[in-house]
Amino acid sequence: MTRIPELVCPAGALPALKAAVDNGADAVYIGFRDDTNARNFPGLNFGPDDARKGVEYAHRAGKKVLLAVNTYPQPHNWPIWTAAVDRAAALGLDAVIMADPGLLRYAASRHPDLRLHLSVQASATNHRALEFYHQRFGIRRAVLPRVLSLQQLWHTIAHSPVEIEVFGYGSLCVMVEGRCALSSYITGRSPNGSGVCSPAEAVRWEETPQGRQSRLNGVLIDRYGPGEAAGYPTLCKGRYHTEGRPYYAIEEPTSLNVLDILPELVQHGVAAIKVEGRQRSPAYVASVTRALRTALDTCAADPRRYQVREEWAAALDRLSEGQCHTLGAYHRPWQ
Amino acid sequence: MKIALGPILYYWPKERVEEFYADAARWRVDIFYLGETVCSKRRALRRQDWLAIAGRLRDAGKEVVLSTQALLEANSELLQLEQFCNNGEYPVEANDMAAVQLLAGRVPFIAGPHINCYNGETLALLAGLGASRWVPPVELSAASIGALQGQRPAGMETEVFAYGRLPLAFSARCFTARADNVGKDECEQRCIHDPDGRPLHTQEDQRLFTVNGIQLQSGTPCNLLGELGPMAAMGVDIARISPQAEGTEAVVRAFRARLDERPAPELPPLDYCNGYWHGAPGMAWHGNEPNPG
Repeated sequence: MTRIPELVCPAGALPALKAAVDNGADAVYIGFRDDTNARNFPGLNFGPDDARKGVEYAHRAGKKVLLAVNTYPQPHNWPIWTAAVDRAAALGLDAVIMADPGLLRYAASRHPDLRLHLSVQASATNHRALEFYHQRFGIRRAVLPRVLSLQQLWHTIAHSPVEIEVFGYGSLCVMVEGRCALSSYITGRSPNGSGVCSPAEAVRWEETPQGRQSRLNGVLIDRYGPGEAAGYPTLCKGRYHTEGRPYYAIEEPTSLNVLDILPELVQHGVAAIKVEGRQRSPAYVASVTRALRTALDTCAADPRRYQVREEWAAALDRLSEGQCHTLGAYHRPWQ
Repeated sequence: MKIALGPILYYWPKERVEEFYADAARWRVDIFYLGETVCSKRRALRRQDWLAIAGRLRDAGKEVVLSTQALLEANSELLQLEQFCNNGEYPVEANDMAAVQLLAGRVPFIAGPHINCYNGETLALLAGLGASRWVPPVELSAASIGALQGQRPAGMETEVFAYGRLPLAFSARCFTARADNVGKDECEQRCIHDPDGRPLHTQEDQRLFTVNGIQLQSGTPCNLLGELGPMAAMGVDIARISPQAEGTEAVVRAFRARLDERPAPELPPLDYCNGYWHGAPGMAWHGNEPNPG
């Protein structure tokens, strides 16, 4: 009998955690309120009290809480990261999601009972890399970067020593996570070092005779015509040119959505499906969680007759970046 | 301090690669990194061709390291990686944990710039697995590298990416193919026509990044020529120069002269960056000397 993947949903604060639990998430992932996690945004994340309340709330409902400590500490701030791991162990969380090899070793030796998941920020895209983290630190699950085609994903799952979690919905990282320094090149802060990409303090909006413009640390990211929807100026979703007309040289504003391939993911043994978006609102988390819960349950009941229902797709597209969706690298022509 | 030539990050025809190394064998370069690190579809040179170049450089008295691919997705790429790791003659630069897994405890290896080593604990872990040299991630500042120098295990050499367009990001998508409106499966290795990558500009014509197949690089070359003094003072062992289509010999000469404390010849008047070294945005230029551009 095929196992239905765990639905892993994001929470940037307690209300979103409750929304995820109430709407059918099997697990919720959170971060502490500092740069130890890859969504280090102002006003977001969990202090110690909220984290404890969140764990209680989820556990009462029989759901799990995972904590992301998934950025890369440097010599001057190393103790902050080890303190985060120690706090996580004391909180009774269900797993900690980590990327830094030195920190993984610290956690594995200091807290041998703590369940470790490999973060997408560790950039493990093949079974040899997964073997490394499994043999050295005893990781139990890995989140894969959004770069594999389906054939590559099936091969990796078949040869992996650990459970595989894949992204199912949300804003799309075009680059291999953990290997992208575009943001620090322009702003000085990156996901690896600071837990942020294209940080808000570097964003500037301008109204000009040519139209509305968005800048990141002074660099022009995009220029919008009258009536054209303007998105957050993430570096990889700007319009640039190589010679001539500007185009989305890296990626359009769009969201990943795996509803179309859910039965295949289930059939090939994906252990968990992750929703991106700890920076999003509780209402967003509730809607996305509900849609994916319904889809997963439908798929579980009868995978052969599974079809994407229009209302799920419409609900998700309304919440998507650019109001549209893609299968990303899973779909070979995207590459 | 030694000078290394990093792997050629662009896709050059076989003859051009062979000519480049035939010339470079006569330059005052100590270490050569050879191999394709970006895309497995670039097959102008087969493993035997790289090994032949390696043999000629070794005969010329050079140290040779085989560099390996950073983004490994397909099983065929893993098999290729195994062949390089099992070459039996030359040390290997690991750019993915898959390579570290294959090399650990067997032969000394170099932890390349795409291994995320940001702290002393990771550096100690890599040393324990057999790393004899590491190249810090390009976004690490001098302050962080300096702090890591204080924690580095005995026998570990440090090599800093000191000249060339910085490899900033990798993707499953080919941005060169996308620029020409075709998919990666139909790319026909068109990146062979961009020996220095393809410039990507903002709508104000600011050079933002450089498109190099599935890799994005900095728009301007990083240039740490002016930082060699502080670099030597903190005990960095090797400065890496990343080969460019033109003018690499002049860069080697300038770096060698500076290291020998002789007047350095002028570098080409380009816009450069060195921000990461100073703990600033990577694209920035800091220093006593004006940006030559």
